[in-house]
This record gives sequence, structure tokens and C-alpha cells, in this order.
Amino acid sequence: MRAPTALVLPGLAWLVVFMLVPCGLILVYAFLERGTYGGIDWLFTFDNFVRGVEPLYVSILIDSALIAGSATAVALLLGYPAAWGIARAAPRWQTRLLVLVMLPFWSNYLIRTYAWIVLLNREGLISRGLVDLGVIDAPVSLLYTAPSVVVGLVYNYLPFVILSIYASLQRLDPSVLEASEDLGAPPWRTFVRVVLPLTMPGVAAGAVFVFVLSIGNFITPDLLGGGRVVMVGNLIYDQFLSARDWPFGAALSLALIAIMMGLLFAQAVATNRGR
Amino acid sequence: MAAERPAGTRGALATRLWLGGVLCFLYCPILVLMALSFNRAGLPTVWSGFGLNWYAELIESPEILSAARNTLVVAVASTLIATALGTMLALGVARRAPSSALDALLFAPMIIPDIVLAIALLSFYSLLNLTLGLHSIIASHVVFNIAFVCAVVRTRLKHFDFAVLEASEDLGASRFTTFRRVTLPMILPGVLAGAMLAFTLSVDEFIIAFFVAGPGESSTTLPMRIYSMIRFGVTPEINAMATIVMLFSFTLVLLSQRLDRSATLPDD
Amino acid sequence: MHDPLHARRTRSATRLSTACALTLVAGSAVADGSLVVSNWDGYMPEDLPDRFSEASGTDVEVSFHATNEEIMGKVVASRGKGYDVLFVSSPFAEALHELDLLAPIDRAKIPNLANLYPQAEELAYDPGNTFSVPYAWGTTGLCYRSDRLAEAPDSWQDLLDPDESLVGRTTMLATDRWLMGAGLLARGYSVNETDPARIEQVRDDLVATKRTLLAYDDTTFYSKLVSGEADLVHAWDGWCNYGIAENPDIRYVVPEEGSDLWVDTMVIMKSSENVDAAHGFIDYVLGAETGQWVVENIMYKVPNEAAMGNIDPAMLESFPNLAMTPDELMQGEQLRDLGETQKAYTKAVTEITSSR
Repeated sequence: MRAPTALVLPGLAWLVVFMLVPCGLILVYAFLERGTYGGIDWLFTFDNFVRGVEPLYVSILIDSALIAGSATAVALLLGYPAAWGIARAAPRWQTRLLVLVMLPFWSNYLIRTYAWIVLLNREGLISRGLVDLGVIDAPVSLLYTAPSVVVGLVYNYLPFVILSIYASLQRLDPSVLEASEDLGAPPWRTFVRVVLPLTMPGVAAGAVFVFVLSIGNFITPDLLGGGRVVMVGNLIYDQFLSARDWPFGAALSLALIAIMMGLLFAQAVATNRGR
Repeated sequence: MAAERPAGTRGALATRLWLGGVLCFLYCPILVLMALSFNRAGLPTVWSGFGLNWYAELIESPEILSAARNTLVVAVASTLIATALGTMLALGVARRAPSSALDALLFAPMIIPDIVLAIALLSFYSLLNLTLGLHSIIASHVVFNIAFVCAVVRTRLKHFDFAVLEASEDLGASRFTTFRRVTLPMILPGVLAGAMLAFTLSVDEFIIAFFVAGPGESSTTLPMRIYSMIRFGVTPEINAMATIVMLFSFTLVLLSQRLDRSATLPDD
Repeated sequence: MHDPLHARRTRSATRLSTACALTLVAGSAVADGSLVVSNWDGYMPEDLPDRFSEASGTDVEVSFHATNEEIMGKVVASRGKGYDVLFVSSPFAEALHELDLLAPIDRAKIPNLANLYPQAEELAYDPGNTFSVPYAWGTTGLCYRSDRLAEAPDSWQDLLDPDESLVGRTTMLATDRWLMGAGLLARGYSVNETDPARIEQVRDDLVATKRTLLAYDDTTFYSKLVSGEADLVHAWDGWCNYGIAENPDIRYVVPEEGSDLWVDTMVIMKSSENVDAAHGFIDYVLGAETGQWVVENIMYKVPNEAAMGNIDPAMLESFPNLAMTPDELMQGEQLRDLGETQKAYTKAVTEITSSR
């Protein structure tokens, strides 16, 4: 192969210097102590990990996983039928629909989350709407709860889930579906026994994407959670900016990365087995 | 799948309604924001007439203009660097035997939580005693941009028949001509799509910029400004800002779409 | 063997973009003879930097930090590089001084120090103002809707252990010293408490309080009072005035257990390249006129006797906490740097804010 190394080197070098090395630094920091006023004391310790498995932090991790899991489940439930709808549409409409679905995804994350602050706060449309409809007596704030964080996460990642499932649906061989119907299977069974397993890669890819991005998310729980919903991302942010306990923040980051890599590995294994 | 007609029309109607509902869910918040930005009163509860006053306030604000300028500088610089490096990477990698280590390295920036990358970079710069500023943001943005550009161009290269290159050279064309006449036209839409993607990502990026920016206005990007505005609560200026930023993104994405339709679809 | 022309093209593209980036770096470096000042957003009149620039000819670039911890983190990480003047609360000024990051204050360059109240020259964290200059001071207490509460609150317990009717309608400040401060004062402890057992006690109290809160809020608590989302909030006195300005039913009270005396100070970084200009900036801020303008603008008290003397009595009536005298203020315990104990506080606060 006449693949020139010179082509690959500059990009790789950048990634090594600006990604691998900093991440390696975090790995090292996780084993050090914090300085009195912040910063690092170069003293080796396991304390950060010991602290990391205290019940409080484990419960935050579990909470984060639950929130991320709920967001994933909701996104899949909402997204699958939508992807199906797009796949069933006339060919020239499919691209347009996809673009429509993906457009919000490419816009600013902060603003998409802010849009929900506007909707969910006490003076927001939903609250006012419920009052006007007589459902509730007084305006109420729908923010600062785990469900509002889940809504924010679903909103932000749903387009990708739809895209991912659609891509899988597109690759379905129509003759398989026809065969199933010819054999007398009702549509529902065709779906569960044939379509769903065949589209698993797309579903899995979408699910892992949402889960991984949600569990490490900082902005959504920060803006929609009001300091009451604390996820791992917020904890890490706090350690670096408020608590100035960089080593502990580093240890938490390692835990997060470990979880994610575990998930991605599992997904890769599952997908390969499917093939 | 494309030629199928739905088995049951009721099912088809249901899925169409569902799709409509999902699209509504996706667009309603954005549309509400946009509508509010034109509300003279600025409050969601009272509509007091169409007005561009909030936009005027935005445009007159020097901090906003400076932040917007910084954001563009960072986006252009990081896109240029990342597109060059990412394309080269993709070209170099495409012809090699697949290597999961290399793949992992190339996909890592996309999956590391951005907060972790942000703190890692801050720690790194701080250890080196580097003065922070727009340059530190640019260098950091290049990291994830390289990964995205490389991924997009690689997807393009998957359909590329490298035998064509060899044939071209066998026919006597120089390396350069082969590149110019064969490779470049083939990958250019992908490269441009990747570049636009990188540009969009950089313009919207908040958390890494927040951590590695230097002090002062000269180092504040628009997302950083938006974040501090949001922390102070819901205001009409943010709604106007949000509308402008959204429309800008939409335009960019639609442009990118026209450039290369297949480049926005994943191919896994 | 590689394709030389292709590689050359992409290399020159890389070089071009790197050159662009470097030019930008050079261009974005702060010009000589200018100052970088970091402050809380909205904590000084918007035109103050411009007014100073006009008067002195020195450009001022303003940077914002949302909390003391944030600017401390940035400054400790960069050893102060890039900043000239910081606005930080007193314990953090003390900490910066311990870290040897501050330039000494040259009193000869700040003649307007004469405008300060005598009490403001004898503050516990920096007697004689040798490394910091006070900018604003005040108390922390309870800000509430007098029209919605049956009785006026008078104790920290009204916030920490609220009535049924107030559950979910209160907020607390999220920043370390003040969050812990409320709990410490409620138990009669010092706001600079170092006993680990007591710190844990207070932490447990505040964990219980968290379950009754609407949210932790440092910046928008007054608008929650105005909008009716909250009825009783933990607030700095000056910030409560923003609420009072929008709704005269809002009142401020210092609980009977007392308040801390917080002082926000201006410090000059040792790494500053414009120490003289920095002194000039501080001197400008301490001017009688500027001081008055600050008060009218941000509605906090300043330790500037000359400025406070000029405040319109009508303003003092509408915002009673502006009328507190220095003697009254000095009754509050001053916040000091905690040294090693700071770790225990931040750990406790992390545990409080992440508890369920």
C-alpha cells in the first residue's frame, strides 16, 4: 500500500498532543492530592477513588444512569415510529424529512436547552396554558426536577436516534418483510420477530449514543435542574470550578470514561455478533 | 422499503401522525422562542405587538458583537486547521488495513464527554503554564473537528475505488494530475461538508471554550456569553440572540446539505 | 513514496492556517497600558470602565466571573497571568495573599483611601488594607415577600426549617461560605468554624434543608420573589434591593442569630504589567462621585464615607439596608480565609448540593 505516513502524521500528532496527553494527565491527577487553595500537590494517594465509592457519589452515578436511561428509553419510543414513518414515505420526501429532523440537532445546544426553560418556567407557556385550561389553579414551575432534565435530554438527542434507526430500516430487505406476510404473520408479529431484530444495530447505536452523551452531560442538568438535579457532569464541573478539587474531579472523570467505554465495547460486541 | 406501500392504511396514518407529532415536538420550542423574540413586550404572557427592538439592543451591544467576532475567528481558524489535518488523515487511513487502535483514536474525541475533554485540556495548558486566550480555544476545537472531518471524508472514501487511481497512473498521468483530476473532485464535496460540520460544531461549542478561554472580553465566545446571559434568567435579548443563532445554523446546515447529500447520512 | 504535490498542498494549507492563527494570537494579546479587570456581572456600573478610560487614558477590558471560586480557580491555575485587578470577596483576597499572588497596595498612589470609613481600614482580614481595598460590604440575610408571609421571619431557622406553607418556596445561596454560613450561624457557631464535628453537624442540617428548597440560586432569587415562585430567599442585602425595586412588598432582614460581614475587595495581581494603572483604577473607584454612582447603580453599600454621605435620603428610605451604619455592620463576624479547613467546607458543600 502506498499509503503515505506523512499524510497521517500531522493529524495524529495533534490528537496525541491535545487529546491523549491531556487525558493521560487526568489519569495521573486522579492519584494525586489537591493543594490547599486548589491546584495539585504531587503526593500519591488513593483517597480520590476511596471517596468516589462513598454512597453519596455512587448514588449520584446511579441517578445519572437512571436519568440517562430514561432519556434513552423515551427517545427510542418516540424515535422508532418516527423513523418508520420516514422510511415509509415517498423517496423524495425521505431526504427532506430527515433534514427537517436533523436541523435542530445541528443548532446550538445551549439554546435548545434554554428553549425548555422558557417553556417550563412558571411564566412559561405550558404553565400558563394549564392554568388557562383549568387543569391547575396557579402557575407552577415545571423546572428543577429530574423529569425536566429528561425532557431536555430527549429533546436534544432524539434527532440522532431517529437518524440511526432510519439508517437501519433503510437497509431492510423488503423481500424479507413480504415473505413474513406471505407466511400469514400479522403486521405486529412481523415487526417484533423480523423487523426489530434486523434493525437492532441502528437501535443499539442510537441508544448508546443517547445514553453516553446523557450520562456525561453537564449543560442540561445545570440549566434545567437548578442545582437540585446533580449528575456526574455537574459534579465534575463543580470539582474543577467551585470546589477546586482537581484530583477528585479527575477520578470522577475516569469513572465516567470507564462506564462509557464499557458500553461502547458491549455495543461493538453485540453489533459484530449480529453480523 | 422504498417502493412499499403500507400494509394497513390505519397503521400508515398512525405513523404519519406520530411523525408529525415528533416534528412538532422538535420545532415547537424553537418556534416559540422565535415568536417571543419579536414580541415587543418580551414577556411570554403578553403579546404587545411585533417589534425588532430586542434585535436592535443586541446589535448595539459591544460585548455581543465582540463575542460574535471571537466565535467566528475561532471557528474559521479551527475549521481550516482541522479540515486540512482531518482530510489528510482520512486519505492516509483509507488505504491502510483497518486498525482498531487507530479507529479508537479517531473516534475518541467524539465520544469523550466534553466536560472531561475540557478539564483535561485546562489541566494540560495549566501544567504547561500556557497563557490562555483565543488560541487555546482554537487548538482545543481542532481536536474534535479533526475527528468529525476525518469521519465524513472517510465515509466518502468508502465508495472510492482506489483502483481508479492506479489505472490513472498506469495510463501515464502524474501523481499530481491524478490527485487533481481524480481524487480531489471525488472527495471535495465530502471535504467541504466536513468543513461546514466542523465550523458549525465550533460555533456552537460551549463547555471547552468556557474552560480554556483566557480572561476578558477578547477571549469570550458567543456561547460563553449566552450561557452567562441564561444564568441570569429568561430575557428577551436571549430570545433574539437564540433566533439569530438558530437561523444561522439552519442556513449553514442546509447549505452543507446541498453540497453533499450523502455525507450527512451515517454509513455504519 | 508519497505524492509530493498533494502533500505539499495540504502542508501549505496547514502552514497558512497556522500563520493565521498565530497572527490572531498576536493581535488578541492585550495592548500595552491597558488593564484586565475581573468582576461579577452587573456588580459595577456598566459605564465605569469607559469613564475611567476617558479620565485616565488607560483602556479597561472587563472579564466576568460568576463566583469567587471560579476566578480563584482560573487565577491559581495561571498564577495570575492575564489579570490586573480582581474583585474578590475578603476570604479569597486573603487566600490570594497567602499564595503570594498579590501586589502590595501603595497607599501613595490611592489618595482616595482617605474617603473610607475608619472601620474599613481596620478589617480583620487585612488591617490597614495592605493587599486589598474594600469595594462594597454588607450582610447576608433573608429576603422575603411581606405580603405573602403571615409573620416576618426573624431567624435562620425560618429558612432552614421552614413552615409547611413555605416548603418548595425558598431558595438558598449556593456558594460555599454563605451556604455554610447560614447553617453555622443558626447553631451559634462561628462563620469561620474549623471544628470538623461541627462542620459535619451543619452539613447534616443543610442536607435536611435541601429537601425543602425550590432551588439553589445565587443570581435570580430576587426575580423568583417578584414572580411569586418563591416567598423567602437567602440573599445578600444589596441583591435583595433589586427585588425591592421591583416590588416594594419585598423586605430584607438580618436574622436574630446574626449575619456575617462580607467585604468585596479589589486586589492587584503581582503578575500585572500595569501596577500603576491598576492603582489608578482603584483610586478612581474610590472617588466620592464614583462611589455614589456605584451605590445608585448596584444598590449595595460601599465603605466610602464620602460617597455614602451624598446618597439621596429617599433612596435610603426605599432601601433600608443601605442605611446600615458601619458600626452596625461591624457587629457581623467577618469572613476569613480558612486555610486547610477550606477542603472540609467544599467537601461538605458538595455533599449537601448533591444529596437527595
